Amino acid sequence: MNKIFKNRYLILRRLSQFTILFLYFAANYWGWKILIGNLSFSKLFNTIPLTDPYAFLQMLFAGAIISSNLIIGLVVILLFYGIIGGRAYCSWVCPVNLITDLAAWVRRKTHHEKDNLLSAMKIKKFRYAFLVIMLIFSAVIGAAAYEFINPIGFFTRGVAFTLGFTWVWLLVIFIFDAFVLKNGWCGHICPVGATYALIGAKNLIRVYHTKDNCTNCGNCFAICPENQVLSPVITKKDDFIHGIECTNCGRCIEVCNDNALKFSLRNFIKGEKNEKNSSN
Amino acid sequence: MDRRTFLNNLIQLSAATTAAGAVVAGFAEENKDKPLTLRPPGALPEDEFIKTCIRCGLCVEACKNRDNKMIVNGKEIDTLFLAAPGDKAPIGTPFFIARTGPCFMCDDIPCMYACPTGALTPKECQNDKGEVAIDYAKMGVAAIDPSSCIAFWGLQCTACYRACPELDKAITIEWKQNKRTGKHAYRIPVLHEEYCTGCGMCEMACVTEKPAIKIFPREVFLGKAGDRYVKGWDVKDQQRVKKASTKTTTKTPWSKKNPIQNLNQGVNWNE
Repeated sequence: MNKIFKNRYLILRRLSQFTILFLYFAANYWGWKILIGNLSFSKLFNTIPLTDPYAFLQMLFAGAIISSNLIIGLVVILLFYGIIGGRAYCSWVCPVNLITDLAAWVRRKTHHEKDNLLSAMKIKKFRYAFLVIMLIFSAVIGAAAYEFINPIGFFTRGVAFTLGFTWVWLLVIFIFDAFVLKNGWCGHICPVGATYALIGAKNLIRVYHTKDNCTNCGNCFAICPENQVLSPVITKKDDFIHGIECTNCGRCIEVCNDNALKFSLRNFIKGEKNEKNSSN
Repeated sequence: MDRRTFLNNLIQLSAATTAAGAVVAGFAEENKDKPLTLRPPGALPEDEFIKTCIRCGLCVEACKNRDNKMIVNGKEIDTLFLAAPGDKAPIGTPFFIARTGPCFMCDDIPCMYACPTGALTPKECQNDKGEVAIDYAKMGVAAIDPSSCIAFWGLQCTACYRACPELDKAITIEWKQNKRTGKHAYRIPVLHEEYCTGCGMCEMACVTEKPAIKIFPREVFLGKAGDRYVKGWDVKDQQRVKKASTKTTTKTPWSKKNPIQNLNQGVNWNE
């Protein structure tokens, strides 16, 4: 029981990810009308459209005529992740997270978590530049360029429709993450994740850190896939994890043995006061 | 961070993103260029389609769960697929293979109306009067290879003629005398592109080992006569060239001589 509680968010996340994949599969094979489509565009209960914001941006740049369905779907996504979820898409919805989490686990088990073929420091801003360049190239070739290699699309289409050679590309991402660069794909390259980081920059649900409880054990740093967001806060002050790249996965809360971290609603006015106090 | 490191990092970042972006864009450019892809009914022209399709698969889902399911030998025939890597269509976009899974031309066109982006649109599936029906779909056009079509050999077939949903319109049978035997008839299938929807039922029905009748995307197979040629006996065709420009450019200069002079050139009449 304790073990389940210790992994409560992980279990919920896996449940969420697998449920979404299952519903896509069921929509195509048995005609269930709960969630149809895939992660580029879906329809919830056959009415509410949901649009992938990065696919939308690419289509815009490619010069497509945008339909009202896509705009409504985009607004729904922007409202949900902008106000509530933050970058939760990456850890609660995206199926590629299953692969990269597995790769991170392999890394921990084989004790080479810090051995990277590429310099993680050098390419930490790569995803944002990549996001922009793929939009430019979308305009150049007249098609949504990143969608041709987007592993999220590959994965969901592979599950719901035809698999083909999809697994090759997913295997490449696993190998890249496990043996080339720690948290390489989701944390350094994926422009979809970068888009959600920007969308969710000001959302409400965030991890809150209580300084007095923290014993500086470093468990959260070891488990966090985006641990640059932890360093300005952990052991330093009572504050929310404000970093936009936090995926709200809740792993840090689970591994913390000192009750120093919890999910909470971010209060902007209070947050600003705290910052002023600490800087004084 | 001093200015030197900052500039260094900036240059490295730009170089890395441009290189990676160019690789991806190059792959995308190569992958989207698959001219033999057959699209669902109501698809925009391929250039526009590839921009507008978000690859969600709602059309494939609608096709899979349609009302008129076709079951052959206990196996359901699927028509639309979303292209996975390795398929002969741009990744993630819907397509069908006429030989194994042609379009069964549902009256309610579920795939077209399922499309959320307008990549499949009723505007591309209507006649001149603006009436939308599956019979006005232009998914492709059938083409017959006379060398392998057994009807051209003189054998009795008409499989494609009988399979065609636009019966006696898209494919008609022309009777000809078989001079080899002197007492038999050729029954030759003749295609009329204006009625052909490109559904592919003929290609599936074709009895030869490799189909002698095949569906091609219209822009691949159909030619264009241009404004220079006109059917003088057809009022409608004359309307077509009404706005044709009389100014034509040629690669070689126009001859200064009049036609008679030109024809008589090189002939010595004194002999």
